[in-house]
Amino acid sequence: MMMKKIATGLGAVALTAGLLAGTALAAELTVPSLVYRTGPYAPNGIPFANGYADYFNLLNARDGGIEGSKVNLVECETAYNTQQGVECYENTKGQGTGALMYQPLSTGITYQLIPKASVDKIPVFSMGYGRTSAANGKIFEWVFNFPATYWDQASVFVKYIGEKEGGMENLKGKKIALVYHNSAYGKEPIRTLEKLSEKHGFSLQLLPVDHPGQEQKSTWLQIRRERPDWTLMWGWGVMNQVAIKEAASIGYPMDHFIGVWWSGSENDVLPAGDAANGYLSGTFHGSGTDFPVHADIMKHVYDAGSGAGDKDRIGEVLYNRGLIAAAWQAEAIRTGMKMHSTDSPTAAQVRDGFENLNVDEARLKELGLEGFTIPITITCANHGGPGKVFLQQWDAGAKKWNKVTDFYDADREVVDALIAEDSGAYAKENNLTPRDCG
Amino acid sequence: MYDAVYPFLIEPFAKMWTDMPLFFAETVISGVMAGVMYSLVALGFVLIYKASGIFNFAQGVLALFAALTLTGIMDNFGAPGWLAIILTVAIMFGLAWLIQKLVFNHLINQEPIILFMATLGLAYFLEGAGDIMWGSDVKVVNLGIPQGASQWLLDGPGLYVEKLEIVAAVTAAILVTALTIFFQKTRIGRALRAVADDHQAAMSVGISLEKIWIVVWAVAGLVALVAGIMWGTKSGVQFSLSLIALKALPVLILGGFTSVPGAIVGGLIIGVGEKIAEVYWGPALGGAIENWFAYMLALAFLLFRPQGLFGEKIIERV
Repeated sequence: MMMKKIATGLGAVALTAGLLAGTALAAELTVPSLVYRTGPYAPNGIPFANGYADYFNLLNARDGGIEGSKVNLVECETAYNTQQGVECYENTKGQGTGALMYQPLSTGITYQLIPKASVDKIPVFSMGYGRTSAANGKIFEWVFNFPATYWDQASVFVKYIGEKEGGMENLKGKKIALVYHNSAYGKEPIRTLEKLSEKHGFSLQLLPVDHPGQEQKSTWLQIRRERPDWTLMWGWGVMNQVAIKEAASIGYPMDHFIGVWWSGSENDVLPAGDAANGYLSGTFHGSGTDFPVHADIMKHVYDAGSGAGDKDRIGEVLYNRGLIAAAWQAEAIRTGMKMHSTDSPTAAQVRDGFENLNVDEARLKELGLEGFTIPITITCANHGGPGKVFLQQWDAGAKKWNKVTDFYDADREVVDALIAEDSGAYAKENNLTPRDCG
Repeated sequence: MYDAVYPFLIEPFAKMWTDMPLFFAETVISGVMAGVMYSLVALGFVLIYKASGIFNFAQGVLALFAALTLTGIMDNFGAPGWLAIILTVAIMFGLAWLIQKLVFNHLINQEPIILFMATLGLAYFLEGAGDIMWGSDVKVVNLGIPQGASQWLLDGPGLYVEKLEIVAAVTAAILVTALTIFFQKTRIGRALRAVADDHQAAMSVGISLEKIWIVVWAVAGLVALVAGIMWGTKSGVQFSLSLIALKALPVLILGGFTSVPGAIVGGLIIGVGEKIAEVYWGPALGGAIENWFAYMLALAFLLFRPQGLFGEKIIERV
């Protein structure tokens, strides 16, 4: 009897060991996801996190992962708090086979992670946010911020305004106001706009709004008094909704009010109702579900009961942004795996993947993303991508965003000079020698 | 020297002069209206502090929870606004009973800091419960409260005043009148005042502390619902709504923690002060000064009246 028990026990141990060995043998790609599903910015954090998770779940369910290796998505809650974000980074970087990359979804967290990740040799993909001068790959080896930066976007807005005013020369004497979140994120476009104001002769009015931005009456009173010809907004969360309502309330023309791509989601305009009609925002990807990838997500993820969120909200602007972030990251992992012929890449190999990323029209079509966004090519020197942005406009009646321009090129003369200046200063402060990118 | 002084001591007043009368009036009116909105939140703090000595950190979250419940009932069950309000009031009363039974009954005779910490825990609990029950999405309050600028004032004298804020001001006036009648004329109100004056004396004449505290929490819940509706209509109901409590703190410091009129007058002073400061001194200081300015203003008042404008002067023998 005793011998039987021992034999059974040994058998169980052997079986467990076998299972564990099997698990260890299967290659796994650990991708931490810093999310904010709680806190004051949760309404925006949730759709992004859902789109991000759904895309990786789609790859696991439909393709068996990336190049045969399953993605292990590790969510960590930051509540859009920089300190919590850094804790998330420290807690997740060693998980599983080691974190392959980070998408911090916060400029404040990105600023903190840049030096840390560079030491730990883990790529940070701050997609269209974070430190703009990180676009200089010669200095920021581990940071990528394609497809466009805040500075690209600011210059595109000025181009659009120039076009609407009948030519850039007509900007002289015009007044442009910037209503911004009083944080590292909100302050990012100021230098570019100041340079552009010198270049084109418009005056710039800066109007910061403190977190969270629930009370903005004095800001909009100043706009009412100064009557700027155009108003730009770098807002986030409740600040956007209140600003759009206040603008409508003082009778500010919505088609002269342009938000950054973080101020251009359904969440931002719906609370204002019809008053938000005509409001503009920058973006670099489509909205809605008219893309094959959404049908795949519906079939392989939601119909299988593993969707991250509400089925009805697939295709919202921030959902699609999370989705494209995941798609580009997955392509970077794939590129790194192919470059190094491995099914279990290291973070450094994924960084190589990022630096050699080429998602052209044909690849976008294969991914079910044809017409969704622009093709991108990342190089050793250029981590900021093509820097192109288009504008979308809110149709309050149909409750949808419409693409109203083609992709604009940024003002490279101004933006590149600023990137060189800022990244050079960073290199000097940190005793970095720029890489030779050939 | 002139360049350093000009933006702070000359330019703001020069601008005020050139802005007279319309724009300056708009700034003051906006301040008054914003102040009323702050007062709505501050009132909830005052009620609980007055009756029980508890500084209720959860008051902002109570406003959020009430607004979430209201919009949740309307959106998820298709209830009309009036029914949703009645149900939310009932839920807030039930919540008041639960808070007293499950939390504060177990903390009788504890130090004020312990009671404060309990409200801190309550705030996080209610925030989480609200999230689980109603989700984190931005919700629109569809009660038909008018919004946007008053066209009548805009077309007539050319004044820009928000309709929502006029509604908030009228609502606050009704609320304060109702609270005053409740405190002065009803039996429970008088009992509540007795408890606020002296717990032991009140108990010695047969007033049940527990019952009174439930009533206080229920009334604070009702005030929170009103504040939640007004702020929720302004910005959409979302989790940042709980942070409106931060706007009420300088109001309380200034008006006193125990005075209903103090909450109103304090709110008005803070509202007008911060708007004038932001519009006229903000540009010289880089903008976004109104939040800290409100606290500065409150602290300046404290130098002369440590108990706040309407607070009770406490003299203790040591």
